[in-house]
Amino acid sequence: MYKGMKKFLIRKILFIPLTFIGITMILFFIINLLPPQTLALAYTDSDKELTKEELDLIIEKYDLKGNILKRYGKWLLKTLKGDLGYSQVSKMKVIDAIKKYLPATIELTIFSIIPIFIIGNLLGLTAARNKDGLSDKIISTTSSFFYSMPSFIIGILLLLIFYGIFGVLKPQRYSITTEIMISQGLFKTYTNFMLIDSILNLNPSVFIDSLKHLILPSLSIFLGTSASFIKITRNSTLEELNKDYVRTLRAKGLSENYIFQKHIRKNILIPQITVGGLQMIRLLSGVVITETIFDWPGIGSFGVRAARQLDVSSVMGFVIIVSILFLLGNLIIDLLYVYFDPRIKYE
Amino acid sequence: MNRPLSELIKKLWKNKKTKYGLIILTVYIALALFAPLIAKPYRQDNPYIVKQHSFSPIPQKPSLKAPFGTTQNQYDIFYAMVWGTRLIFKITIKVILISLLIGLVLGGVSGYYGGLIDEVIMRFTDIILSVPSLILAIFVSAVLGPGIEKVVIAISFVWWPAYARIFRSEILKIKSMDFIKYSQMIGAGIFWIFRKHIIPNAIYNVMILASLDIANIVIIASSLSFLGLGSPPGYADWGQIISLSRNWLISGLSSIEYSHIVLIPSVFIFLFVFSLNLITETLRDIFDPRLG
Repeated sequence: MYKGMKKFLIRKILFIPLTFIGITMILFFIINLLPPQTLALAYTDSDKELTKEELDLIIEKYDLKGNILKRYGKWLLKTLKGDLGYSQVSKMKVIDAIKKYLPATIELTIFSIIPIFIIGNLLGLTAARNKDGLSDKIISTTSSFFYSMPSFIIGILLLLIFYGIFGVLKPQRYSITTEIMISQGLFKTYTNFMLIDSILNLNPSVFIDSLKHLILPSLSIFLGTSASFIKITRNSTLEELNKDYVRTLRAKGLSENYIFQKHIRKNILIPQITVGGLQMIRLLSGVVITETIFDWPGIGSFGVRAARQLDVSSVMGFVIIVSILFLLGNLIIDLLYVYFDPRIKYE
Repeated sequence: MNRPLSELIKKLWKNKKTKYGLIILTVYIALALFAPLIAKPYRQDNPYIVKQHSFSPIPQKPSLKAPFGTTQNQYDIFYAMVWGTRLIFKITIKVILISLLIGLVLGGVSGYYGGLIDEVIMRFTDIILSVPSLILAIFVSAVLGPGIEKVVIAISFVWWPAYARIFRSEILKIKSMDFIKYSQMIGAGIFWIFRKHIIPNAIYNVMILASLDIANIVIIASSLSFLGLGSPPGYADWGQIISLSRNWLISGLSSIEYSHIVLIPSVFIFLFVFSLNLITETLRDIFDPRLG
């Protein structure tokens, strides 16, 4: 541990619950712009139609016309206990819906982030090593081309090509065969991570099936998000190559590969982490839209469905869970800084 | 104010990439301005309602009657693209103006007075910025319900904090300069100081940053309507037309014959964002060389 680092990390971690309370407060105030009749639906725990009298009873019971701060306090306590209310769109408790959908989102996100870091890094380095050459031009042009494409257009074009025209890859998370196996109990879902579950079930065909369904959505997110990462990798590599220490290393007769592996890759990590952190907003938005396009049963498509039908509890749960993911992502970025750059002073 | 602007355009025109960007953008501006001449309004009371040829569920290929073909339910794609251009300009301009105004007031108060009020406003902006903007916009527009004005409100709500921050930092820079102190000394009121000194000095940088922002507003607005949270059904809205094409694509009935219903609107949105990004790239190089 470096001096002051502990303090820095503690402050960062303490900052999370404060931000969380701030976010929930704003969300709660906005949602209370709705008439009490709509809000009352959030306090039911079934999906049967309510009569006007029943609604009035709920409004009175939970004091929905009363002091908003008092209600916020009660709601926050309930939320911290994990009770987020009943989800009308998925016919279960919101917390159960999140448990059900989150693994699909995490699976998709991991399968998009890893290619961004590995392939993006590789493409950026290749472009830098062949500066102004053919491969540099191809990589730079293609990535700025995709950078200008809103993620829903990338998704829909991939869907058109691979599903509409060639029919090789399909939307959704698994094929009908797998769905039948799950519903008949032939395939057990332990974790809801399809790849892990298929290994636990010793079922290679489901594994391949899930992998095939992952290709299009994660490719779509990769294309939409990797451009800035590739660009920063290329530009900061070029910057490093111009520095004196590289000239010295070359003069000593070290091979280009050694210089890249030993020195340059380490020195470009900090700008890469910075851009990676900045791209997180784009990534999370991309995940939400991509899930909707490909009927991917994750948090994003759940939230969009809830937003369309104005299912108050679900839409609150959706924004809260995405904010938590975003806060945690930012914490990871901060940790990476601490880990990779001992020079930073944590005052 | 005029001289730097014309110089700026000259500088932009010199760059080949930016030149293409400006040309494409001009075409879109022309489409937006002359929309009533290019595609005659279908309904006089609200020209943004797309021309609907019939109610048949099968999309039609391009023909003389519908130059870009139709989507399912026979919405005219050409009409939707032309009026959609006008709509996206309308939304973007309104969002920028509203965000500028709120950013100016809150950022101005925050930077000028400092202290507790500064702390409160800045923490508020921090919190809004700590939720991904699309997600928060989805939430706000879900609460507000469908409608063009509501999309504008939802996006402005997530957009102004960035402007408030910029205004605040500009004002902090200007505040400590001597001429402001002299103005205060001779008893000038705060509104006078803002109108005469602070706004003219701060606005230029903020306007540049606003122009860097346009592409993002276009993306977020069309994403919202793609998700079904933007304009009401039947509006000439790029995102909505794409989502209609998606439904057709996913139905399993699609084939290469109908690819135009996906391709045409996609190319339309892409070229617009692309032209904006081409211009933005050079703008950023001119104004903030560190990021280049």
